[in-house]
Amino acid sequence: MPNLEHPAYPAAALLHLEGLVPCRESQVSMLLSIFGERQQFSFPSIFIYGHTSSGKTYVMQTLLKTLQLPHVFVNCVECFTSRLLLEEILIQLQSCSCETEPTSPVPCDTFNDFVRLFKQALVSRGLQDQTLYIVLDRAEQLREMEANILPAFLRLQELTDSNVTVVLLSEIVWELFRPNVGCFDPLTLYFPDYSIGHLQKILSQNHPPEYTADFYAAYINILLGVFYMVCRDLKELRHLAALNFSKYCEPVVRGEANERDTRKLWKNIEPHLKKAMQTVYLREISSSQWERLQHDGGEPGQLKGLSAHTHVELPYYSKFLLIAAYLASYNPVRTDKRFFLKHHGKIKKTNFMKKHEKTSNHLLGPKPFPLDRLLAILYSIVDKRVAPTANIFSQESSTRGKKCKFPLLQMKIVSVAT
Amino acid sequence: MSDNAAARGDMSTCSVSKGCFVFKPSTKKRKLSQSTAHDFGIRNDDSEDTELRFVTCQSLWNQIKSETEKVQEDLNKQLLDNLMNFLSRFHSEFQEKTAEWTCRMKFREIPTAALVLGVNVTDHDLTFRSVSDFLQNNITPYIALLEAKDCPGIKNLMQKLMGQLMNCYVDVDSLEDEDYVQVSQNRIRCSMSSLIKWYESVTKKTDSETPSKKRTTSTHWQSPPVVVIFKDMESFTTKVLQDFIVICSQHIHELPLVLIFGIATSPMIIHRLLPHSVSSLLCIELFQSLSCKDHLSTIIDKLLLTAQFPFKLGEKVLQVLINIFLYHDFSVQNFIKGFQLCIVEHFYSQPLSVLCCQLADLQKRVHSLSHDQCENIRRLPSFRRYVEEQESGKQVALLTTDNFLKEETQKLLEDLHVYHENYVSVLRCLHVFTSSLPKYPLGKQIRELHCACLENQVWETEEYESSLQLARMLNKSDLVTMLQQCMEILLSSSGKEFDKTVEKLKKFLTEFENLEAEAFQEQDVSISSQKELQKKTDLYHLQKTLLELKESRRSKKLTKFEMLRFEVVDYIDSLVRKYLVPADRRTLHEILYFNTAAVLRGHLNAAPRTALHTALNNPHWYLKNQALKCDGGSISNKAPDICIVYKLHLECGRLINLVDWLEAFSTVVMAGEEPNADTASSDQMDDIIHARFIRAVSELELLGFIKPSKQKTDHVARLTWGGC
Repeated sequence: MPNLEHPAYPAAALLHLEGLVPCRESQVSMLLSIFGERQQFSFPSIFIYGHTSSGKTYVMQTLLKTLQLPHVFVNCVECFTSRLLLEEILIQLQSCSCETEPTSPVPCDTFNDFVRLFKQALVSRGLQDQTLYIVLDRAEQLREMEANILPAFLRLQELTDSNVTVVLLSEIVWELFRPNVGCFDPLTLYFPDYSIGHLQKILSQNHPPEYTADFYAAYINILLGVFYMVCRDLKELRHLAALNFSKYCEPVVRGEANERDTRKLWKNIEPHLKKAMQTVYLREISSSQWERLQHDGGEPGQLKGLSAHTHVELPYYSKFLLIAAYLASYNPVRTDKRFFLKHHGKIKKTNFMKKHEKTSNHLLGPKPFPLDRLLAILYSIVDKRVAPTANIFSQESSTRGKKCKFPLLQMKIVSVAT
Repeated sequence: MSDNAAARGDMSTCSVSKGCFVFKPSTKKRKLSQSTAHDFGIRNDDSEDTELRFVTCQSLWNQIKSETEKVQEDLNKQLLDNLMNFLSRFHSEFQEKTAEWTCRMKFREIPTAALVLGVNVTDHDLTFRSVSDFLQNNITPYIALLEAKDCPGIKNLMQKLMGQLMNCYVDVDSLEDEDYVQVSQNRIRCSMSSLIKWYESVTKKTDSETPSKKRTTSTHWQSPPVVVIFKDMESFTTKVLQDFIVICSQHIHELPLVLIFGIATSPMIIHRLLPHSVSSLLCIELFQSLSCKDHLSTIIDKLLLTAQFPFKLGEKVLQVLINIFLYHDFSVQNFIKGFQLCIVEHFYSQPLSVLCCQLADLQKRVHSLSHDQCENIRRLPSFRRYVEEQESGKQVALLTTDNFLKEETQKLLEDLHVYHENYVSVLRCLHVFTSSLPKYPLGKQIRELHCACLENQVWETEEYESSLQLARMLNKSDLVTMLQQCMEILLSSSGKEFDKTVEKLKKFLTEFENLEAEAFQEQDVSISSQKELQKKTDLYHLQKTLLELKESRRSKKLTKFEMLRFEVVDYIDSLVRKYLVPADRRTLHEILYFNTAAVLRGHLNAAPRTALHTALNNPHWYLKNQALKCDGGSISNKAPDICIVYKLHLECGRLINLVDWLEAFSTVVMAGEEPNADTASSDQMDDIIHARFIRAVSELELLGFIKPSKQKTDHVARLTWGGC
């Protein structure tokens, strides 16, 4: 068993750490060797990427916490402007070493200010002789901020001339980040997805106190058998495991089966999990509704999911406006005369459709159209005479909004029109 | 303009001037004052009771308004209760903070209520207001209402959210908190962490308050949830929503957030807007608000089909309002606004509307009518019809003696009120019958039946005939339940005339009960004939017996049940003929019924293009200048320049040559002038005409009829239809 070993840290702490990060030992030991000892300079910036819930954030957080390394942890989604981000780092820096209430934050608008204030903070906290780690979670958001932010963070060690390492966590590869030439390339590190064995191991770790670990592991095994095909998200799986566990235990609680009666338990839970996959997992039914259903022993059929309510009732003219908009955006202009006029004359069938029009217009997507055309089509598809009143004109503007926003309505019209 | 009108009003006091005045419905909102009453009636002397009309109109509208609000409240109750349950469930979960295994393992989702509100967007505001009021009163003071147009980015959204939340902490008797509330928004960092800090400090404060103080805020829960309402979820950009939800889910342990999505279309939109990774952070439950059609039915039921209000809508007006609802917007608010406009218009334009009041006030008002008003009554078409039917002595008295007229008017108006009461009851009874017939020949909803009855004598229509035929085929159990329903309706109505009717219905019901016993015998007969049929196997004989049976059935006397059924239907028919006379056949209906649909249509369903065309094509229509009156297609040179230019451009194709156009213009303009030989002055004239032409053309461009063309520089392109 590859134990984590590093001369700089006490063995007990490392052992504890190893227990906390199952299936990620190799990554942790790699990180440890990059980090080096407390006072040693580390690599200026490290880029860690991996799929959703492959343990990036969790591993970083546990590692830094258990080894009590000075660090700042920032989520870039939450700090949606560069100013918020920089100030957040400074605030955390102020409060990380001493427990006093943070004084009102100094406004920090530019990276220049940040470097200056950052140096001051380091000195005042007495952190010069230790490596400070700045972890930027969801680092892909940095690309949307000012152009200088990302390159500057990558070279923060150089800019501040102090012992600091920036760790970027992201779900996308570094190639999508690289701003332009001359940018410092960070050390990239990949966190692979958990395999089914890993998931089994991690999920079984936290078994409920009332039941044995084996019993719970068997349950996880069944759960993974159903859900592994569609979902490898650890968080989601854990959530689903917690939601459905009470149902799994039902035969045991009622005394119909004992904990080893796996076949009976499997028969009981399997259809239930399949149903959960179609409803709760897709968020058709909320998890609280699911729990209540389980509790009351009702059939999930009673509860209609979100997708069941697809029927939208529209006023008469709105309906026709939408249809007209649909026709106008998918039909070529030339065909209007043929489709909407009563006496349109004869058209030769052979050459009627040009070659490029033979590909389905739906594949090409909707095309823009002049307003007058929309109205002309409207007047021809509505049976009665339509008075061109202000009400219709005002609906047009809202319909145009709807057209791009509600593909749903478009879908409805597809079925109406064809 | 109003001065002018006043002068005209003075000159001829007998009729309301027909001028065009801007009438602002908002005047009602101001406190009743002399000046608004003047606006209402324009003239200075009070021969037409303008002030009284104004006051009546106001009080009537206030009654109606409170009634509609009550209806709304009742209809929303279900929704609000469900919301309350939803919130309380999550709230207890948040407060428990148990160390239980499932709670630890489960992912903490953000509770989200998806309110499906329907496409009638104009009504949503009211629903949201009632929701937020309800939450504010019962659950939590922390509510933020967000609109998509205010939140183009996550930054704006956070700013808006924090601004609304941090200012909302207003406690009735804790003035010392004021300085806290006054923290200016600029100083607060616009981030989730400062929001959490704020929440902690606010809740700590309420917790540490003395118990006596707590009682004042006891309506709110402890550590109340923070409710964020997205009014128009569909219009938010995906990114903003996603970011916000991701941020919230990180802090859900510290801040009990609840999201409410207002959805106009279908809840599917949530999955379309949010990817699974984000929607899995939410715990979405669906809430359906009442359907707008049900809402409208209730409103019509409570406002129109009731004897509570003296003011009534005529058939055409009602049809206009309902059509706008069904064809254009599904908006109940707009329907009520339209109804309000009807009230205002009625009281404004009809001097006799002063008599459109509750029965209790009627006598006083009738007796204080001025002579002018009596003349107004005599001028009413329905009253003239009435007079013609009277004997000559009474005719003279009605036309000459004011006092006699007043007596008669009072009687007639009282009759009209009674008529309406009876009308409503019988209408409901008829609806009980027609609403269960196959294919609904007279409409499914009572409003359709109501319109049909108001339009003309319903018993003369084909639909009525066919529905009677269908009613004659109803089975017994249906018929009995319908009769019972009718009886309940008639019993609950306040009309006194229905005692006899109820008796009659009761008699019918007992007769139906008596039929039970006799039914057995008939069954025997039919069974025996059936048996006979089964015996014969020979085709010829079978045919023969079948023919015989048919003959006998045709000639056979009707069974007792059938006779009774005919009797019932005939009786209902007689009720309809007696009570469902259209309102415009009644004398003095003009006083209580508003029926000028054209005005309403002009206001609510205006046709700007048509109006523009009329104004340009036929300026006489608006300007009322005799000189402009023209016949056919000829162009008068007296018309405003723009009209001439417009008419000329109608004759052109898609591209118009400006030089030709100018030529034609100057020909038309010069047509009336004396041919002038003086070249100098004609040159000058040309310049003036040129300038006038240019101005007119640029005005047309401004109105959007033409635009400069790039194909030919000296041409302009027509933008309206007809240019092809």
